[in-house]
Amino acid sequence: MSDQPLFKVTIDNVTVEVPAGTTILQAARQAGPEVAPPAMCYYSKLEGSGGKCRTCLVEVSKGSEKDPRPMPKLVASCRTTVMDGMEVKNYTSERVLDARAGVVEFLLINHPLDCPICDQAGECHLQDLAYEHGKAGTRYEFQRRTFEKHTLGDKIQLHMTRCILCYRCVMVADQLTKKREHGVLDRGEHAEITSYLEKNLDNEFIGNVIDVCPVGALTDKTFRFKNRVWFLKPLNAHRDCEKCCGKVTLWNRGDEVFRVTARKDQWGEVEDWICNDCRFDKKKTSDWVIEGPREIARHSVISANKYIGLKKPTETIDEVIGKKPRLFMDINKVSGVNRKDIDLSLIEGPAHSIDFDKDK
Amino acid sequence: MKLLLENAHIEGIRFFEAYRKHGGYRSVEKALKMSPAEIVEEVKKSGLRGRGGAGFPTGLKWSFLAKPEGIPRHLVCNADESEPGTFKDRYLMEFLPHLLIEGLITSSYALGSNATYIYIRGEYAWIPDILEQAIQEAKNNGFLGKNILGSGFDCEIYVHRGAGAYICGEETALIESLEGKRGNPRIKPPFPAVQGVWMRPTVVNNVETLAAIVPIINMGGEEYGKIGVGKSTGTKLISACGNLNKPGVYEIPFDLSVEDFIYSDEWCGGIPKGKKLKACIPGGSSVPILPANLLLTTAKGEKRLMNYESLSDGGFQTGSMLGSGGFIVLDEDQCVVKHTMTLAHFYMHESCGQCSPCREGTGWMWRILKNIEQGKGKMEDIDLLWDVQRRIEGNTICPLGDAAAWPVAAAIRHFRDEFEWHVLNPEEAQVRNFGLAHYADELLIQN
Repeated sequence: MSDQPLFKVTIDNVTVEVPAGTTILQAARQAGPEVAPPAMCYYSKLEGSGGKCRTCLVEVSKGSEKDPRPMPKLVASCRTTVMDGMEVKNYTSERVLDARAGVVEFLLINHPLDCPICDQAGECHLQDLAYEHGKAGTRYEFQRRTFEKHTLGDKIQLHMTRCILCYRCVMVADQLTKKREHGVLDRGEHAEITSYLEKNLDNEFIGNVIDVCPVGALTDKTFRFKNRVWFLKPLNAHRDCEKCCGKVTLWNRGDEVFRVTARKDQWGEVEDWICNDCRFDKKKTSDWVIEGPREIARHSVISANKYIGLKKPTETIDEVIGKKPRLFMDINKVSGVNRKDIDLSLIEGPAHSIDFDKDK
Repeated sequence: MKLLLENAHIEGIRFFEAYRKHGGYRSVEKALKMSPAEIVEEVKKSGLRGRGGAGFPTGLKWSFLAKPEGIPRHLVCNADESEPGTFKDRYLMEFLPHLLIEGLITSSYALGSNATYIYIRGEYAWIPDILEQAIQEAKNNGFLGKNILGSGFDCEIYVHRGAGAYICGEETALIESLEGKRGNPRIKPPFPAVQGVWMRPTVVNNVETLAAIVPIINMGGEEYGKIGVGKSTGTKLISACGNLNKPGVYEIPFDLSVEDFIYSDEWCGGIPKGKKLKACIPGGSSVPILPANLLLTTAKGEKRLMNYESLSDGGFQTGSMLGSGGFIVLDEDQCVVKHTMTLAHFYMHESCGQCSPCREGTGWMWRILKNIEQGKGKMEDIDLLWDVQRRIEGNTICPLGDAAAWPVAAAIRHFRDEFEWHVLNPEEAQVRNFGLAHYADELLIQN
């Protein structure tokens, strides 16, 4: 047993005990997804990640038992370690929600809302963040930042326009592949991820940059635009691989393997890195030993129509934070097609907007 | 009373011989006979506050330095002076390079740094040569290198040229840059005092702070602490510019009033052509601008003095900061909106691009300001601008976000009517070129 002292920390009224040195974000994740702050740049498996996107800002309303003074500024929960007796407000803090709405607005200045055509739709962390914390409109009325498209070899495509400069891919290339493949050029709003003079990213594990990208900036050329993820069936599979663990998620339609990715945990982080061979070259079902269906977090659109491991959800957020969660749009309230008095099965052919016209 | 620039007028003071002849390097001789802890204690007693802008007590900062066994420690001199309106360190390095070197040797000894660095702004292209020459002269005379003055203390000073980025003046970005990496600020903690250059304990101090170590050792910390007012001890270099008859670098006592500093012939000599004082940015472009009435008088109705406490009296509602001492004066002809727009452009250009509020927010502020300044703005743009700066301030990795937000907030707070004038009089706003009006008058006189 570890003799490391345990610190008691309360996040949005939920108290957990964690070892000294744990960050607020990790403590919140232990407390549960209801109180865990969002994170766009933090990645627990990448050293030095976090602190950049400012989406995980939280309010420390009590510093510790010894020094109960609150922290004057909001702090990045992914880089701030807990103290014994610390009290943190996340969803219960208006300041935090306001700052996060600001961050969403800033991020969406130069990130196009092309979710309907973006390959990351359904798996995009920014999409989730904007849905939970953003505002329906933007106040920005100037020209947006645009970039030339970069091709990073025959397997990876970079759409810099969608990049939010989280640095995760740079860290993967630097730490995982032990080879600095690419980096950030220029500064401020002109900063961009790029390889050295259009050089290809060429390394046995470089495909992992696609998995860590929280938005649709880095995509898999063997898969992109071939299908939408929510039409695919995720399966746990493995193979004997000399280079990596060989444990992956296959994204099938019928028997056809459309995409291979690493397995991701509840927080959207890769469990084990996989090599390029497994990711890009093994696209036959016969290459793999199928273990069974993969459970997908319920909040994701990918879980639609996938009933494996389905648990009746209990809505605990309002219990934890003492109020209803603030969603920027409740589809049930704003949708004109959500009328109980209309029986869709009685409409001949497909339904049209005119069928839902209240004045009709 | 001059402590730093006392000998600045002496011919050849830039060179070792003249500098030594006029009492140079006495503090090193004295310091090497003391223990490092005693020197730190003297600096604490002096009450010296960091002259880079934040004003944190230097002795306290030094005492935070971790001293693990067997791990080298470093002192880094922050000479990346890039704040618009601030040019005092340039003066020191150009005319009194040995003063800095002398302060650096003593400080290195106190902190146990055998390898000390001067990180200098890329645009100061000619100064590294002056510093390197001074370092060589000090070395030739036994004040640097191995076994300095037979004390057993070894020290080398290296001059490192930056590539010209404002953000590299932020201590952790400076450290990253010094290590050969992209100059992005690090997230604190860990603080440089624990993990700085190459993850070793490091102290980063401004040029003027390190130069001030010389008089502190020479006269003793307690004596130094008696000079000044309250917690503002010693003297301060102020780089005065803008609409002043005698802009320049001045060494001021802390009990000098702002009014005297601007109008007295001994100092800046008033505003050209007898024009009225409109506003002033008292501590480098990142601190809040103050209108004339608040600049000359504190919130309590007393005369505002040129020191840390007096200038910040009343908080940001009615006060500002001494900051780095970049004193920028605006006369009645100047347009605050235009000046704020120029500053916003600077911060947009210099944002490192790591965190989203600063990366996107600074550009957004500049664009709104540009619209308003050019008479293309709407009344709600002013509120929007306020809201954008509010969401940047305090939410970024490093203080650049605050530095970009404060000038905008203060300009709206104190000069909202001027913003509204631009919105209400778009045609006039487009033809009035405030920046050139001053020179246009002079041209008329000449012709």
